[in-house]
Amino acid sequence: MESGGGARRGRMVIDPKVRQVGFVTPGEQDGPAGVSSSSAQVNAPDSPAPVMIPPAPRVAVPAAADHSPPKPAAPVPIPPRSPPLPPRNFDAEDEMPLGSYNPGGEGVLAGSPNSSYGKASSEKAEIGDLSPTMVAELNSSMMEMSLERSKYELPVPEKENESTADVISERVEVPAINNNEGPENDARQRKLKDRTSKAERRALQESQRAAKEAARASAAVAKAKPPPQKKDGSNEKKGVDKKPVDKSGEKDKKKEVVVPEKDKRKDAPAPRLQFDDEQKVAKARRRAIVEQTTETKHRVELFRHLPQFVPPTQLQALEEKYLQNDTMHIHPAVYQVGLKYLTWDIVGGNARCVAMLEAFKEMIRDYTTPPQKVMSRDLTAKINSHVSFLSTCRPLSISMGNAIRSFKLKIGKLRDTLTEAEAKSSLVSHLETFAQEKIILADKEIVKHAVTKIIDGDVVLTHGFSCVVEMVLSHAHSIGKKFRVVVVDSRPRLEGRILLRSLLAQGLKCTYTHINAVTYIMQEVTKVFLGAASILANGTVYSRVGTAAAAMVAHGYRVPVMICCETYKFHERVQLDSICSNELGDPDALVGVAGRKEFRELVGWDESEHLRLLNLTYDATPADYVSMIITEHGMVPPTSVPVILREYRKEPIL
Amino acid sequence: MGDEYQVVVVAGGSSKDLFPLVSKDVPKALLPIGNRPLLSYVLDLLEDSNLNNVSVVVAGHESGVRVGSWIAEAYHDRLQVEVSTVSEESGTADALRSVAHRLSSENVLVVSGDMVCDVPLGAIASSHKRQRAGLTALLCPRTPGEGCEASAGGVGTKEKAKQLAAADVIGLDSARHRLLYVASGSQLGKEVKVPLCLMREAGQVELHTDLLDAHLYAFNRELMLEALERNEKFKSIKRDLVPHIVRSQLKHGRVEGTLSCSAYVAGKARYCARVNTIEAYGDINRDVAGDAIYLTGYTVSGMNNVIHPSAQTGAKTAIGPQCIIGEGSELGEKCSVKRSVVGRHCRIGSNVKVINSVVMNHVTLEDGCLVQNSVICSNVYLQERVTLKDCQVGCGYVIGVGAEHRSEALAKKEKMPINYQFLQ
Repeated sequence: MESGGGARRGRMVIDPKVRQVGFVTPGEQDGPAGVSSSSAQVNAPDSPAPVMIPPAPRVAVPAAADHSPPKPAAPVPIPPRSPPLPPRNFDAEDEMPLGSYNPGGEGVLAGSPNSSYGKASSEKAEIGDLSPTMVAELNSSMMEMSLERSKYELPVPEKENESTADVISERVEVPAINNNEGPENDARQRKLKDRTSKAERRALQESQRAAKEAARASAAVAKAKPPPQKKDGSNEKKGVDKKPVDKSGEKDKKKEVVVPEKDKRKDAPAPRLQFDDEQKVAKARRRAIVEQTTETKHRVELFRHLPQFVPPTQLQALEEKYLQNDTMHIHPAVYQVGLKYLTWDIVGGNARCVAMLEAFKEMIRDYTTPPQKVMSRDLTAKINSHVSFLSTCRPLSISMGNAIRSFKLKIGKLRDTLTEAEAKSSLVSHLETFAQEKIILADKEIVKHAVTKIIDGDVVLTHGFSCVVEMVLSHAHSIGKKFRVVVVDSRPRLEGRILLRSLLAQGLKCTYTHINAVTYIMQEVTKVFLGAASILANGTVYSRVGTAAAAMVAHGYRVPVMICCETYKFHERVQLDSICSNELGDPDALVGVAGRKEFRELVGWDESEHLRLLNLTYDATPADYVSMIITEHGMVPPTSVPVILREYRKEPIL
Repeated sequence: MGDEYQVVVVAGGSSKDLFPLVSKDVPKALLPIGNRPLLSYVLDLLEDSNLNNVSVVVAGHESGVRVGSWIAEAYHDRLQVEVSTVSEESGTADALRSVAHRLSSENVLVVSGDMVCDVPLGAIASSHKRQRAGLTALLCPRTPGEGCEASAGGVGTKEKAKQLAAADVIGLDSARHRLLYVASGSQLGKEVKVPLCLMREAGQVELHTDLLDAHLYAFNRELMLEALERNEKFKSIKRDLVPHIVRSQLKHGRVEGTLSCSAYVAGKARYCARVNTIEAYGDINRDVAGDAIYLTGYTVSGMNNVIHPSAQTGAKTAIGPQCIIGEGSELGEKCSVKRSVVGRHCRIGSNVKVINSVVMNHVTLEDGCLVQNSVICSNVYLQERVTLKDCQVGCGYVIGVGAEHRSEALAKKEKMPINYQFLQ
């Protein structure tokens, strides 16, 4: 048991990210083992896309299996599911997961994930209402899953090895994640912490790392199997390549020591600004580039922590500063983009991201390093101030956040040996490739996948206006599929009309209705295609408000819900509701009714003591309601989002 | 940042509207407003917005030389200004044509030289760019009555009526601030004709008469030059070019792209006025000495007035709030100056009352004069006990002892060489 556990532990450590979210996903309860094993089956060692699930028609919708008889004629191909696993003996396995979660020995600990602990603890708090048995079940199933995986992903390089320091230091704050998984270990851990001084711990850590290093080197040499993912391989190679550069082991060590400090800072992201925290807001305001005088009088209590809507009056104030030469030096291109965000002239995750990248390109082209400054440092600061300008115009979308993160990473990685012109051109090309690969080509790929899901005679429902969904529909039409589209729209933005216009222009048959009729119209719908602003690690779809309602109704009618989303919009965050992170729209947009001037009940609403208007921009659709997420890497169930995050988004995290 | 825009300042020449204040020797651009040449307000505004590439077009050769030498002295290290001249008779559109070859930037800001305003030009520039407009016009909310209150009551209402009659009709799409229709008040008859295609295109048009066209436009250069080239008859920017572009935006089907026209409506708190009439000249001087004193850059004393340290005042002389007294002026005893601007090196005797007036430089007012609601140009000599009400006195005019004038424009017939001190 001990040795077996050890071996397993060693492998368990390699894929910690699944743990990060897996047991929170509500969908897991249906049978995570099934899903994971199926994905594992496909996950052949040299498969380029480990999460690609071949379409298999005529299988019941997974969620439907529990509550109702499966729809016999469900035309949607859904991921095949392996037969349910035999009931597991929880008692026997009780000690096992401990290896991965709370490794007893420090040696294993060294390979623990870097950022997952903090998150895990917060998740823990969020799922506090789950019964302990459920947690246990989840954990054990998780365990199962990772076991399965580990067969195929053998010696994955421990890329997390730099993060040892923070793991140790964070350890104390982290409660035991598994109640049943060995409190004695934790106690030991704590005791160790109490007993040893900081220096001692550092030394211990150091020695462990050295040991680990050696182990890794040997593993790299004696690697029997090729790495399961190409990216893994390249990463590994990079690591190996880097090594010979600094020849002395001591130097290497020193470097290693320094890194965790940096990493620590990076890994503990500053908590998001809560806008009901007056002190913090005041502080932020002092630092803010743009004077924010927008104290909304009537905030909705539950949403006080969100950045309040930027009213159009801000536009004038901002525009007036356009040509003035003040300290912030926002590049005009970025300025223009910011103003367009503010006026909502540019909307939608992709459009906003592309516009921002274009503006950054302009900025980089016009950039010259000031004398006696390092380009990467100065540019990072500049980008930061530009980004904070953009976020004062409108809160950043998750897509933009991801793009900014990868861009800043690129800046940080610029070698000093490059001349300024070379550095600039490499940055510009980075921005170009990001826009090209992650957005434009990704969209094409999504369209290719999604079109296979539309068959003749379908009635496709969509909500609002998602550019990817539009592309899917128009492409399906252009290749001669016969189907009908139901465009469901919602006030106050009425974006669906844009979609409707373009679909009608192409000659598609359309039905237009508002979201309050969705329960009726859903009866005739066979498929639902929706866009997303982001997909979170627990499979929650974060999208324009109304999406959740549409998806829920579709789920209720056993209509498959397919979400089209590029993977660059995926986010590691976990969110269970639409409250903790959202964006507030213009409350005044709710006041008027187009074409009904006599509706004046809400005019002057802000003078009323008892009235609050809430115009939310996004909502969160639980993973339960989502049958499939269509990404450029293939079609995956929502439970596989962490896999994509882990396998395809290494660079930004590292 | 400023490189995106080139600026053309149409400074005018010796406008007839402002007779007798303006002559060949005092071009409109150099008319003192709060003891500063009119053009300096525009140039300072440009400087604030980092718009460094400026062309100033002056009508009339002589005026051009004067303006040029003044700019060269005052702005040689601050702005890159090129002064060119066109003939006296040419209109503003001709002025634009004359500098067309010099324009190279994507957008061109055309500013009237007689504007006194504090609307940041960046706002117009940015709004123009954001909406990718072909034309953006600055519109200011008209404040009816404000100008009239300053002048005497009876005249005010009449003036107001005249103003409203001459008001431009401006059609806006209120949601997006698009400029859909322009008709200048002077050309307009009793009825406003709104083309049907406009209603079809925009759905809803708000017609405003409460907006003042500040004669500040941001043009897309190609669009502007093309329109100017095609229509050689165009004389005026405001009357011909702008309405043409506004009309043509509707012809091209959908009003998208760079052809659309937008309007930037300045906030109510902003000051914006044009010196295009004698009344306006007086009003603006009073505003600049009063509430809009920040435009001049003078430091205001505790008494809410600006008195140059070198100015001398006699005993028992009262200088009220909202007054400006220029450099080296001397006031005798028991004088009273209220809501007026007195220029440089004036000699004012004892017992003189100057109320609601503008007195330019090197003016001599002998004892016992009373000047009310008037404008007195440079080098005027008023002998003892002259009374002026609602008068304009041209340069170098001499008024005899005890004369009394009401509502008159007094000017010399023949020109006399006069030594102007504006350049100092």
